[in-house]
Parts: sequence; structure tokens; C-alpha cells
Amino acid sequence: MTDLHSTTDRPIPGPADADQAGRPGTAAPMTPADVSDAARLVAFGLQPKLLPARDQEYAELVRRHREDPRFAALCDAVAAGLGLVVLEVSPRAGMAVTAAEDSVFAVRMSDYARRASTESADRFLHGLAHLAIAALAFPRPEDLAEDTYVGRLSVHGVDAFVRQACRRLEQRAEEAGSNADPAVDQPGLEAAWRVYARRSATGATKDARRLSASTIGIVGKAVAFLVDSGFLQRVSDESGGTYRTTARYQLQVRDMAGSAAMSELLELGIVPVSDGSPTLVPPTDGEPELAPGAGLPFHGV
Amino acid sequence: MPYRSGVTEDGLARRLKALACTAPLHDLEARKVNLAGEYTVYAMAELGLTAIDLVTVTMDFDTGADHEEVVARLRPRVAAQAPERSPAEHERVARWVLENLINVGSVDRGFRAVYGTYTPADGYVRRDYDFKLLEEVPGPDGDIFLRATDEAVNVLVGALDTDVTSAQIAAEVKLEHLIRRGRLAEARFAAEQARYRTVQYAETLRRALEATRRNVRAVDWLHAVPDLIDEALDHVAERYRHENAILTNIRRARDEAEEPEHKRGAAELVDIVQDCIRRHTQLQTRLMEAGPLFRAEQDRQAFAARPQRPGLDLYGQLLRPVLELPVGDARTVTDRFFATGTGLRTPVSVRLHDLAELLLTPPAEREHLGAEVPEPDLVATPDDSRYSEAQHDAAAALLDLPPDAPRRLSGLLAEARASDPDLPYLVALLAFHAASPPVGTALRQGDRSLLVAVDDGAVLDDPEVGGADLIVGTALLAAEPAADPGDMADDPAPAPLDTVLDTPLHDASFDLTDGQPNA
Repeated sequence: MTDLHSTTDRPIPGPADADQAGRPGTAAPMTPADVSDAARLVAFGLQPKLLPARDQEYAELVRRHREDPRFAALCDAVAAGLGLVVLEVSPRAGMAVTAAEDSVFAVRMSDYARRASTESADRFLHGLAHLAIAALAFPRPEDLAEDTYVGRLSVHGVDAFVRQACRRLEQRAEEAGSNADPAVDQPGLEAAWRVYARRSATGATKDARRLSASTIGIVGKAVAFLVDSGFLQRVSDESGGTYRTTARYQLQVRDMAGSAAMSELLELGIVPVSDGSPTLVPPTDGEPELAPGAGLPFHGV
Repeated sequence: MPYRSGVTEDGLARRLKALACTAPLHDLEARKVNLAGEYTVYAMAELGLTAIDLVTVTMDFDTGADHEEVVARLRPRVAAQAPERSPAEHERVARWVLENLINVGSVDRGFRAVYGTYTPADGYVRRDYDFKLLEEVPGPDGDIFLRATDEAVNVLVGALDTDVTSAQIAAEVKLEHLIRRGRLAEARFAAEQARYRTVQYAETLRRALEATRRNVRAVDWLHAVPDLIDEALDHVAERYRHENAILTNIRRARDEAEEPEHKRGAAELVDIVQDCIRRHTQLQTRLMEAGPLFRAEQDRQAFAARPQRPGLDLYGQLLRPVLELPVGDARTVTDRFFATGTGLRTPVSVRLHDLAELLLTPPAEREHLGAEVPEPDLVATPDDSRYSEAQHDAAAALLDLPPDAPRRLSGLLAEARASDPDLPYLVALLAFHAASPPVGTALRQGDRSLLVAVDDGAVLDDPEVGGADLIVGTALLAAEPAADPGDMADDPAPAPLDTVLDTPLHDASFDLTDGQPNA
């Protein structure tokens, strides 16, 4: 690939490309060198922690993608062929690609956590941890919609937050007078919140590591995984690790995960109605950065 | 004909659950025979209750009880049960009890009991009841603390499924009666119960405040919390009055009691009541802060800008509905979110060459001691003392007077001036200091002699220093602190100085302002 790249006699992106973009009718046919460049851009996209701002070549290719529709189409075709979905190509997020569901790049729950493949409760908790992290990273609808929003979250914050939600549901169940204890032979009918509330938050281990089966352990694992995916960046060690979100994470949640999970929920016959107003306001957890206004720098018009 | 018990199902279920909470304690007793070793001598249920007690009493607003501390405080109790066994075994037993109360072996670190309910509609249904006695919670800096759960507090207090407030009043009335009748053992029990109630109030409030910080709307600030605060404030006011009265009563009981056992019981009760008062004060402080905290959070959260364009509300539209679903259904949603929300992983293909290298690489040793402590970068502080080490030595040598030969300050100053013009001032300061010698400290340190100075009225005639011409000498201290330190100087049996010390030391006054150098 690099050989092909070096033999190309055209600078990337040449002034000719920009001209061609305006007049597609007269465009020269795509060469193997163009395909190589397109594949190169997709390869950059597969390194989620790499940003165009950090790599000259990456930045050039992103610019070419934006300016040359034919090159853009080529890139999208290469990505699609590999089993990737292009979410966005921009200087801030780079080539944000994600795995299509049956792609070789997709993450499988069984590879993610060993216990998750056998224990249905663990499988649920691992999935819920990811959902809760997203909910805390983008607490209000406009946070998810606003491109410039940067969310902050901490491992302990996520756990405390879900526990709080569980406690509310427990109180509601009590007020309704219904018996929330599940029947012995039907574990699948147990309310989801009970599974989380029941699991211990943390626990002492012999080697002073996090107890992997505790909820903080599960959230911690999810957060570490998202860091590797280039979705979160570690800010400090406070509250079990404090993180901020990247543009890629916002795209992933907004354009992929959120809608996919919503459609699944709708299939179950649950139609959560929203009037657009938030049901949640940002958590504090001693993070003055999330004060109103400061967390949403551009919420004007 | 369907089965009819004649009791309300709710009440029965409550009592079954309450009964289940005691099961782990019985279980401790039952399982001790299975342990490797001879452990039947220990009363495990008693140790279990003691452990829950310790955690409940130790936990306060911000943290819970420290794991190691609980073990350490439980150990004496274990040791008392089998004094002939080794301390290592005592520790092992204490840990075993604590770990079993947490139920370390189970993945939830909790307990599960099965009970049945009967309704005409559903018939007889067996249900799982999950509960914890001690739970591990994260501290602010990542440490793990233990907290006793509500279930544990209820088991411990023995007032299963009762209203907090009414139990509180009952305990108070009982306490007053008991004290009047002088039944201290029972009074103590009642006082302890009162303390658990206070802890429960504090715990409820702590949770509400924590939730408020996260989301004002998650907590009912219209009725529930203000009611709780009012109730708790009334409770604090009431308890404070009661406990002060109780304290006076028990103090009298303690001082008047003849029997040592009685006396000790009363003294312990005083400690407990004092701890109660401390906790009430703490609770009250938090109660006073609750209102302002709510208003600040309200400003911060509720008055945030309205959304400009609707987006997906992850919490309201996804997370909360998912939590309400049965776990079987919820899992399909979370699975889907996981599959689409975790990003991608580039598959790793292994080359044989790398694999061989990988397998032959010795495992990295785990750092048991943690990272190396960085060498602190020390900055030498400038030496701003007025006198050098040598001058201090010279002054000490000058004032190292034999016990039988006290000297006048004027003579000492003259001698000092002869060797070093700066020295007289230091000597004068030391002599003035000796006018009020730290006798008590010297006695505690076991010093045998002490520099003392007394004023006999003579006026110092010196070019630099003014004031009284003190008599400076060395007093020998008796080895046995027979009397209180103030008398010591008056009664220095081996010190010939008492010939000059005709006035008591504390009367030896001199004018400090005169003592300043004239310059």
C-alpha cells in the first residue's frame, strides 16, 4: 500500500482534485493510487485514538474526503466492503467508522466478559453499564444533539447514579404495594433494577484490585473498554476515575447505539414519550465544570 | 376450598423477611463445625451480632466502618471467648465472621431467602427475597468501607418492621423509667437503641442529600424531605434535652453507686450518652445545611437552559424504561446497545514468530509495594536563629552551675560579656525563662536537675539588661514525684538551694518589661 502511495505522481490532494470536484463530468478516472489513499483513510479510521490534528497525512486525507465527492464515495465503498459504517468524516472526529453488526470488527459480549456468556444477569449488567455511561455522559437531550458538548463522568458517579434510579423504582414499587420479589422459578421476570440493586457496589479483594463482579468493577471495565475504543479520555483518578467524552463517542451513541436500542425497546412495546424536556439534569459529584452554562458552551440558538 | 390462614399476607411476608434476616447468624453457628479446626468453642452468632454492632456504631455521615478496624475491634471479643487460643486464630475467626456477614462467596455479596405468598388471584407463589447485612461501599478516595444495611439495623435492634419514630419514643420513655429505678443494664440497652435510631435518621438524610446533588427531581422536596427534616430536627431537640437530663442522672448514679459493677455500668452509659449527643449535634448540623443545599442545587439544575432542539433522552427514554422491564426483556435492549455502542476492535492475527516470543517472555512481576516513592526535593531553610550553635553551647556551659553554688545574674552577665558581646542577652533570656521553670515537663521527662531563678528584690545593674538581679541556680529533682509539681521546688530534699528559696517559686515575680534590653 505504501509502495503504491509513493509511486503516485499526484500530490494529495492536488489542486486538480478540487477543480474536478466542481466538474465531475470532466473528472479523470480513479486510479489504484486513489483507492490506496481511500483505504489508507479507512485504516486511519480504524485507529480510534488517532486524531487528524495529530497526523499530517490523516488531516490531508480528511480534507480531501470533504472536498472531493468522488474520493468520499470511494472511501465509503472501501469502508462498506470491510463491514464498517461511516458515521462522520471531520477534522474533529477524523474518519469515525464503526463496525456493522456482523463485521469482523464488531465486539462480541462473549469476548468482552467471560462470565457474561454464561450468566444472564452478568450479561445484562455489562450491557447496562454501557447504557448508563452513555446516559451520564450525555444527560440531557441537547447534550447528545450538540456537537461541541463534552461530557464528564466518573466510575463511582455512574454507579451511584444507577443505584439512585433503582432506589426510586424500588420506592415506587413499594408505594404501589406490589410485591417486587421475583418468583423462584422465573428469574427472567425479575425487574431489571433489582438485579442491579442486589449486586454489591464494591468489595474487598485479596490483591486490592477492583472486584470484577461488583457493579463498580463492571462499570470500571466498561469505561476502560471505551477508553480503548477512543470514546473516553481519562481526566483524573478522582471518584474511581474521571473521564471526558470524545466526539466519536457522541456520534456512536447518537447515530448508532441510541437509535438501535430505542427500536429494540419499541419492539418490546415500550413507547417512552418525551416532550423534549430533559428528565435528568447533570450530576455534580463535586464537578464544578458541569455547572449550568459551563457544561454547554454553545447552547444559544 | 382455598387455603386461608386468617392473617394478612403483607404482615406475614414482612415477618418472614424479618426472620430470614436472622438466618445468616444462625448459619454462622451451624457452619462452624465444618471449618477445618476446632471452632465450636466460639459463639459465632454472638460475634456476628457484635460485628454488625461495631459497624453500625462506627458508620457516620460520610463513610462507613473500615474493614480492618472492625476486625481489630472484634478481636478482643473473640479472644474473650477462647483466651487459650492463639491470637492468629482469633484474627482468623474475626475475619471469617465478617466475611460471612458480607457473604464474600456469593457474586452479589448478599443473601437470598425463599418465602411464599398466597393470593386468591395468583395462588401460592414462592418468591426470592434478597438482602444484605453488611455492604461494602466505596469511600471518596477509593477505599472500601462497610455499612450496615437497614435490614441489619432492624435485626440488631430487634424491633422488626417498626416505625422509626414510634420506636424512638418508646425507647426514650423506657430509658427514663429505667434510670429512675436504677436499672442500668437495661438503661444502657435503651440508650444504645436510641443511638441506632439516630444513625438511621442520619443515613436516610445522607441518601436524600446525595441524591439531591445528583438530581433535584429524584427527591421529593415538596413533602418527604421537609417532613423528614422537621421530624429529625424535633427528634434532635427532644433527644438533646432528654440526654442532658439523662446524663445528669447517670452521672449522679455513677458517683453515688457503691457497687463497682454498678459504677462501671453507669460510667459506660455516660460514654454512650455522650456519643449520642455528639451524633445528634452532627445530625443537626447536616439538617441545617440541607435547605441551602437544596436551593443551591435547584438553582444549578432546574434553572438550566431549556433544550433548543429535541434529541434522544438517554435517561428518560432508554435507561429508566429498561430498568423497569423484566430482566429477560431488558437484556435484549442492553445487548443491542452494547453491540452498537462499544465501537470496534481490530481483530488480532497471531504470527507464529510473535507467539513463540510471547510464550517465552517471563511474566511481568506485579508490584507489591506500589510505585517507588519519589525522593523529596528538600530545600534548605535559611538559618534565621539569632544565636549560633556555639553561642548556645557557651551559654549552657555558663549556666551549668553546681547545685550548691547558685550565682547572681549580674555576675553571669559580666562573665558572658567577657567572652562574647552577644552572649549576655542570651544568658539573660535563659535566666528569665528559669524564673518560671517547666517543673512538670522536667519531672515527666525524668530529668534529675533543673535551672531555676528567683528574685530576692535586688535590682540588676547592667548596661544592657534591666530588671531584677535574679539568683540563678540548679535545683535537683527528687526521683519520685511524691507531690504535685508545684510543691516540688519548695521541697527539693537534696537541693541545698532551698536555703535561698525562701519564697515559693510561683511568687518569684519580676517585671518582664524591665527584662527587655534597654537597647
